Amino acid sequence: MSQYTLTVNGQSRSVDVAPETPLLWVLRDSLDLVGTKFGCGIGQCGACTVHLNGTPTRGCITPISAVGSQRVTTIEGLAANPAQLHPLQQAWIEQDVPQCGYCQAGQIMTAAALLRDKPQPTDADIDSAMAGNLCRCATYVRIRSGIHRAAELAAQGGAR
Amino acid sequence: MKPLPLLSKEIDRRSFLRVSALAGGGMMLGFYTSKLSAADAASVAAGQPTTGATGDFSPNAFVRISPNGTVTITAHKTEMGQGIITSLPMIVAEELDADWKSVRIDAGRHSTTFPGQATAGSSSTPGSYAMMRQLGATARAMLVEAAAQTWGVPATECTTAAGVVTHATSGRKAGYGELVAKAATLPVPAANTVALKDPKDFKLLGTRVGGYYNPDIVTGKPLFGIDQKVPGMLHAVYVKCPVFGGKPTGANLEKIRTLPGVKQAFLVEGRPNLVGLLPGISIGVEPGVAIVADSTWAALSARQQLEVTWDEGRFANDSTASFNRQAAEIGVKPDGQTVARNDGDAVAALATAAKTVEATYIYPFISHANMEPQNTLAYVQGDRAEIWSPTQHPQGAAQAVAALLGCPIGNIKVNIARMGTGFGRRYISDFAAEAAAISKQANAPIKLLWTREDDMQHDFYRPGGYHFLKGGVDAAGKLVAWQNHFVTFGSMTAGRGGGAPTLSPGDGGNLGGGGAFPARYVPNFRSVQTVLETNIPIGPWRDPGHNAFGFVLESFVDEMAHAAGKDPLQFRLDLLATTPLPNPVPAGRGGFPGAPGAPGAGGPPPGAGGPPAAGAPPAPAGGAPAGAGAPPAIAGAAPAGGPPAAVAGGPGGPAGAPPGGARGGGGGGGFGGGLNVDRFRGVLQLAAEKAAWGKRYDRGQGAGIAAYTSMQGYAAYVVEVTVSRTGTLKVDRVVAAIDVGRQIVNLSGAEAQVQSSIIDALSAAWYADLTLDKGRIVQGNFAEYSLLRMPQAPKIEINFIKSDNNPSGLGEIGVPPLAPAVANAIFAATGKRIREMPFSKTNLSWS
Repeated sequence: MSQYTLTVNGQSRSVDVAPETPLLWVLRDSLDLVGTKFGCGIGQCGACTVHLNGTPTRGCITPISAVGSQRVTTIEGLAANPAQLHPLQQAWIEQDVPQCGYCQAGQIMTAAALLRDKPQPTDADIDSAMAGNLCRCATYVRIRSGIHRAAELAAQGGAR
Repeated sequence: MKPLPLLSKEIDRRSFLRVSALAGGGMMLGFYTSKLSAADAASVAAGQPTTGATGDFSPNAFVRISPNGTVTITAHKTEMGQGIITSLPMIVAEELDADWKSVRIDAGRHSTTFPGQATAGSSSTPGSYAMMRQLGATARAMLVEAAAQTWGVPATECTTAAGVVTHATSGRKAGYGELVAKAATLPVPAANTVALKDPKDFKLLGTRVGGYYNPDIVTGKPLFGIDQKVPGMLHAVYVKCPVFGGKPTGANLEKIRTLPGVKQAFLVEGRPNLVGLLPGISIGVEPGVAIVADSTWAALSARQQLEVTWDEGRFANDSTASFNRQAAEIGVKPDGQTVARNDGDAVAALATAAKTVEATYIYPFISHANMEPQNTLAYVQGDRAEIWSPTQHPQGAAQAVAALLGCPIGNIKVNIARMGTGFGRRYISDFAAEAAAISKQANAPIKLLWTREDDMQHDFYRPGGYHFLKGGVDAAGKLVAWQNHFVTFGSMTAGRGGGAPTLSPGDGGNLGGGGAFPARYVPNFRSVQTVLETNIPIGPWRDPGHNAFGFVLESFVDEMAHAAGKDPLQFRLDLLATTPLPNPVPAGRGGFPGAPGAPGAGGPPPGAGGPPAAGAPPAPAGGAPAGAGAPPAIAGAAPAGGPPAAVAGGPGGPAGAPPGGARGGGGGGGFGGGLNVDRFRGVLQLAAEKAAWGKRYDRGQGAGIAAYTSMQGYAAYVVEVTVSRTGTLKVDRVVAAIDVGRQIVNLSGAEAQVQSSIIDALSAAWYADLTLDKGRIVQGNFAEYSLLRMPQAPKIEINFIKSDNNPSGLGEIGVPPLAPAVANAIFAATGKRIREMPFSKTNLSWS
């Protein structure tokens, strides 16, 4: 076991875990941040997607020892505050994107990085960016339109 | 996250709201009285509603109104993404005239107070619709009466809207919250005396309403089974024999116990009877090795060092290759083990037909691949237990745990977690029983987590199958002969889960493929079945039976249309214009082998869908060749258009059995009726019209059409595809026509279910493929088991037909016709006929 100090959603958090422990399980078991999900354990489904310094990263295959001082952002920390949801979160509610909802944290985290890099993505941009995130309810059609809607919301000044 | 109290009556979380149905809602409507305690029954008899300590008004177990105007509506069904815990309360709210913004939903409680909570077979909406309306209307009537008495005016002069009672003449208004004290003193009117709205006055139903928990989902709240925690909880993994039915004979447990974080490691003897006394309800536990640790990762990493010796049992040589060989030998014979339907003389008619087509259709075993791997948090204390489980069948889970502990079912408290998809997999709660077994042996609260590999290699699979088909048309292009030898799988070992999907002779909603269209429209028709023995667990997969039969039947109809030189749409319409042969299912009773399951799950009849009756007869262990011993179950052959059959359990079929899924692979929807020609033709024609069927396409592009009826509903698609010269398939557009009756409950949810069915069906048809080797499933994770991703998702256009039929479910009916519509489109585009799923196996290149 080793001591690690992480920056998670803007807060400093200390954990004592084995160095190879995936970030996913540190978040879920040690830090009670269960919004990030386990789906495959091999980086294939994207349910565990979090941001490391803003880059979408698979939490299930990222050992805690590799995180270092990088800023970790999870679905719980995506919104600036609970009263001001991220445009993607607003769009997801507005367009009723989730079905079961299990994969949606990962979908939203991946989409958030896309929108930051391409504020007005095309369908092709979206398909390409989101291809690594599996959705078994197959909400893909609404994820696509939800990202477009979030882009509109962001262009209008983000949260309203 | 706030820890959950153990073995308590209250779960202080939004999804487990504190509403005790019996304590706070003593006024049950008549059809629950059989489930009430004597005291509650007395309360009902006295006709007095109860008020809780909070001063709430609760006229029945589903509705509670607080003095502040908040309306809490219970959603008793389980949520797996189909939107039911939003849509059922919408029905109550509509008749109650509640303001949807004031509605709170109470979900996640298991109680024998409720009618069947098992959620399967697209039965929730048809089984609950009328009841939900009455529940809302009853509460509304009492609030109106309270206002009328308070104001001294006739109740008939009062109106309601958005949570307010108004007396227009005098200009008086009162919010529902202001009326609860008075309403709680009034007798509850009999449900059937309460006036329901004219559906044309509906304000909420048919509109788009977002999922109630969407705000929690997008902010990562702990809604799912995997998210649950209690103080002192340990984490468990469970390793079972990769060969189905095998068991551990030893393991390096001493070493495992020394590893970091590991608290305990032990063999679990298990209860090999996976089905147990009740079909479809797994009350067994597979033998295996449990590792209990202080964190998920400690358990998972210790597992990497686990070495187990297995007794693999007698199925260790099963393989897909061997099954393929056996099927090929059997399928060429015109006779199978059983005859599902036999009209005229198909063999003779084929011999004299002007043109014949012979084809073999094949589809593989596939996994449900639930997004959230199976899990359950269990805390066993002596002869009591509490579980938090993502299960479609809370009663089944309770039953399984009770059987394990040898205690009454009432000693088991089930908290129903939201499910990261279900698709029928979670109808069988083997994971809950495993968690309880481990908790009992570890003497601690444990959360069992299956890995993706556990999930994929220990599923209750959609069985593979082979259809050896021959068809013949006469000189005029009329379909005169049809022969189908269906070779499939059954788990014939005593007690193993799942029967074979079985052909039934009847058509319509309860067909099992033997009597499905074009049966009854072909004068010489023969459908037979042979079941291969295997030990692979078989279970319901989204629209059981139909999900594969649709591909086979609607593809081969297309083949016959082309053989006849006719347009595929016109070929179908011409067939439908002829007089059908009789449907052999006698009205009012079912009982055909192979129509396992009835609409017991949540069906509206009193008692249907309740917890399995204690006295339900045992399922046959072992089984007759066809149907793997599937008992003659309640096929629910109600007259066309009638309500779901009220038969709550035939021989071997307990109330609460999943439609088409009780015994596994499932024969179908079990809702009875026959093929309704108008509805079938209606969806075909609407899809064709909306897609401009008949238009010309460039080479490499084309359109296909297919239709299918299951689960009381009708679905048709026109699909447009583009296939590149090198064989790359792109599904461009899917135009859907859907008929689920006169009322769409939640338009957003309804469209979501069609979108989901289309893409999930496409995923299964295009990619999903499991193979068996040495008695075990080869694939273990998404790297080997491909599923559809966003770039392959087609454009979708959905059209609903509001036919004058009772509303039915939408979670499944969109699956069966999708694969054949795609395959037929590929044929139109390339001239290549796909006869095997997954489609990715077929080289589609053309020149």
